[in-house]
Amino acid sequence: MTTVASPAAQAGGRGTRVSPLRKRADSIGDRLLLGICLLAAAIAAGTIFLVGYQIVHGAVPAISKFGLGFVTSTEWQPNFGVFGAGVLLFGTAVTSAFALFLGAPIAISIGLFLTLLAPKGVRGVVGPLVELLAAIPSVILGFWGLLVLAPFVQSKIEPFLHSTLGFIPIFGSPQTTGLSLFTASLILTIMVIPIIASISRDLFQSVPRELQDGAAALGATRWEVVRGVVLPTTSSGVIAACILGLGRALGEAIAVSQVVGAGFEIKGSLFETGNTLASQIALQFPGALTELHKASLYYCGVILLVIGLASNLIAQWIGRRFSYAGAVAR
Amino acid sequence: MSSASIPDPTAPLTPSGNLRRRQLVSRVSEVAATAAAVLAIAVLVLVIYSVVIRGAKKVSLDFIFTTYPTGVGPMLLGTLEIALIATLMAMPIGVLIALFLTEYSGAKGARTMKLILDLVNGLPSIILGLFAFIAFVEFKGQSGFAGAVALAIIELPLIARGSQEVLLLVPQSLREASDALGVARWRSVLTVVLPTALGGIVTSTVLAVARAAGETAPLILTSSNFDGKMFVLNPFEALPNVPTWIYKLSEEGNPEGFNEAWGMSLLLVAFILFASLGARALLARSKRKLSS
Repeated sequence: MTTVASPAAQAGGRGTRVSPLRKRADSIGDRLLLGICLLAAAIAAGTIFLVGYQIVHGAVPAISKFGLGFVTSTEWQPNFGVFGAGVLLFGTAVTSAFALFLGAPIAISIGLFLTLLAPKGVRGVVGPLVELLAAIPSVILGFWGLLVLAPFVQSKIEPFLHSTLGFIPIFGSPQTTGLSLFTASLILTIMVIPIIASISRDLFQSVPRELQDGAAALGATRWEVVRGVVLPTTSSGVIAACILGLGRALGEAIAVSQVVGAGFEIKGSLFETGNTLASQIALQFPGALTELHKASLYYCGVILLVIGLASNLIAQWIGRRFSYAGAVAR
Repeated sequence: MSSASIPDPTAPLTPSGNLRRRQLVSRVSEVAATAAAVLAIAVLVLVIYSVVIRGAKKVSLDFIFTTYPTGVGPMLLGTLEIALIATLMAMPIGVLIALFLTEYSGAKGARTMKLILDLVNGLPSIILGLFAFIAFVEFKGQSGFAGAVALAIIELPLIARGSQEVLLLVPQSLREASDALGVARWRSVLTVVLPTALGGIVTSTVLAVARAAGETAPLILTSSNFDGKMFVLNPFEALPNVPTWIYKLSEEGNPEGFNEAWGMSLLLVAFILFASLGARALLARSKRKLSS
């Protein structure tokens, strides 16, 4: 421990008094370090407000022109200066909801597999691999979706779903390209799985061992332990994890814009093209010419920001309630 | 009440119909959970396999070091430069926030700070791109620096949280020993606590860089105006970069462009996988060392 033997320590060890100069330097140093740390914290807090302010500020022309009607209007015609986010909002809601519908059960199962089923060696390999899924850049996932997944979806999955579940209107007849809300949802599913899986694994690990053993001693099978003990004690945390995953899916721009097909109508079938708020910004912002067009895209950003922050806060709130309840239970 | 419903106590203990059904349900759920894990890994393998198979045809030394159209050297250099600038901005702030959380703030301050970090972490990257566009590009035109600011905001919460976890593992006894010797707080933070946690802090930073290196959304708004025909070093111009170029090629729909995009994807994925796997292994090691 060479670090401990600093000059101050040596001075103290020799029994000499610390000089007033050193004392003053230390008190200044203490305040300085605290001040810098506080400054860093303030920068992080300021970032949120600055981002929010700038984006709302950029959206002002569109907000004052279209008002709240922007949210429901389905017209988006840059050449005529008419903008509405209805189609985008629909696409965002459908793709994210479908991604969560597919991804959450898979991710929660992975969490259960990692905590309850997998032997230690397997756990150490599978856990990090699932998290690596989150490390693949969205642009590469989208590119893969465009060239590998979409053709497969178009030639195999869409005809299959249409012939077996075609009586449900969302599984309409297959389209020519495979670029669709459905393909976008699949890509988003791949993105939300690692998020929900790693949070729910941590949650399941926190369930007290005695409770599970108690249930098993009463004769519960493994599934009944999960149903009766593990899931009920962690349910609010799992819901919070799902909302975090939803927030990720809502805000994804690049991968979605590569596979969603940039449609501009609301259609009943998932196999039709569509668009989302985030992907519309990515697709049109670089080429936006008029101020109103830009402002409308900022308006989309405002909606996205509000939904994103709200989902995050709700997840935090549920998570906090959960940890409180957990502390009481223990 | 017929006597048939009372089990015969002398009968041997074998699963009745009900227990057999319950065991079957349990068995099925175990298989389903395992299948879910296998599915996730299969998707990962499939994506990486596609990238490697198609990218390997394109990747060569020329591809890495020469300028467009024979190679993508400028994009690789630009991506490195943007990531470097972003990290130079995010790392000091992130580490200071972590110090604030572990050494100075009380429980209440820590809770607020964590909430703020989670909110920053939850900002969609396209929103950060819009922000960087308004803050810089509107006035000064496209620049790699504007993109780096957006990436720094993405890295910040990751670095802060990672460093905080490592700082929490620094044994309390080290701090107490330092206090007992009469060392001022700031000296013990800078000379005892930080050096002990340094390894972990660096590896969490590498993880954050791996995450930011592939971010595309902020860069298509702030640093997309380039052709890759020459190396650019000035960060106040649009810096060529890999993610934007992959995106551009994927939108163009030209088969030769697709091959180039696969090649670049391979380079990017290789960098990200090695960086995150390596950093993860090192982080696990340094955490073990600290907590033992």
